[in-house]
Amino acid sequence: MQDPLIIGGVTLTSRLFIGTGKYSRNTLIPEVIARSGSQVITVALRRVDPESKDNIISHIPSHMTLLPNTSGARTAEEAVRIARLARSAGLGDWVKIEVINDQKYLLPDNTETIRATEILAAEGFIVLPYMSPDLSAALRLKAAGAAAVMPLGAPIGSNRGLQTKELIRILISETGLPIIVDAGIGRPSEAAEAMEMGAAAVLLNTAIATARDPQLMAEAFREAVSAGRKAYLAGLGPVEETAAASSPLTGFLA
Amino acid sequence: MNLTVNGRRGRYEESCRTLADLLARPEWTGKLVIVELNGELAGREVYEDTLLNEGDRVELVHFVGGG
Repeated sequence: MQDPLIIGGVTLTSRLFIGTGKYSRNTLIPEVIARSGSQVITVALRRVDPESKDNIISHIPSHMTLLPNTSGARTAEEAVRIARLARSAGLGDWVKIEVINDQKYLLPDNTETIRATEILAAEGFIVLPYMSPDLSAALRLKAAGAAAVMPLGAPIGSNRGLQTKELIRILISETGLPIIVDAGIGRPSEAAEAMEMGAAAVLLNTAIATARDPQLMAEAFREAVSAGRKAYLAGLGPVEETAAASSPLTGFLA
Repeated sequence: MNLTVNGRRGRYEESCRTLADLLARPEWTGKLVIVELNGELAGREVYEDTLLNEGDRVELVHFVGGG
């Protein structure tokens, strides 16, 4: 079944985006990538630690689309600075804008995120903003040139699932942009639910990286995302208040 | 010459004249490093020709795991 997701001119056959944080060892990442089937992977940008010898990029196969995030940014200007530094590495022009001023729930600052999106989209970046699911903010992000918007399901790393489900449903229905549910998804069933609702993709990190067996969990999410997408395309049957018999109500045995 | 590299002020020998010299030091070799000099992005093509000056602030960043 041909059902590609096209973002920033890149044709993706996988609708599962994954992260590279929190793994017990980074050598797990290549197999997680392979078993997740993912084609888009996030990384962060930080000062080089002179003591550290590990290079995260060496664990990421070159066919992957790299999605650097701007974590650590508190303003649009800081996000723009991080995005430009990331692009200068020569590994693509995608960026996940993440502007956060709330250290307890790590909720994104939509206003600063919109400003950063305007600047970076005008510079030719493929901008995927992490955002609080709010329709007017999503429409402003669209006008600013976002390639997709990435509303949170629940706070980052919380594994609490689709707490913002109704607001995400509205974004899917009203924005005309690909909606990628980012953050909060803890279980494959939650990823499947997001896809059944019509999300274009899901992005998750913690749920795979902190599983007892990350490789097996990667496979579980791959199947869940695929199943949820197929269910969306197939069209879910109607929900009824009372029973609607599946077997004929005539011809019973006497 | 005094430089502030990743927030740490230190004294660097006379032979460390350019960005390329700084990046050739053992603590930075073998890493895909992105360079910012005094708040301005410095691309790979300018490392050889960019002279360091007393008091310069250098940020050396790279990709790490993240979500």
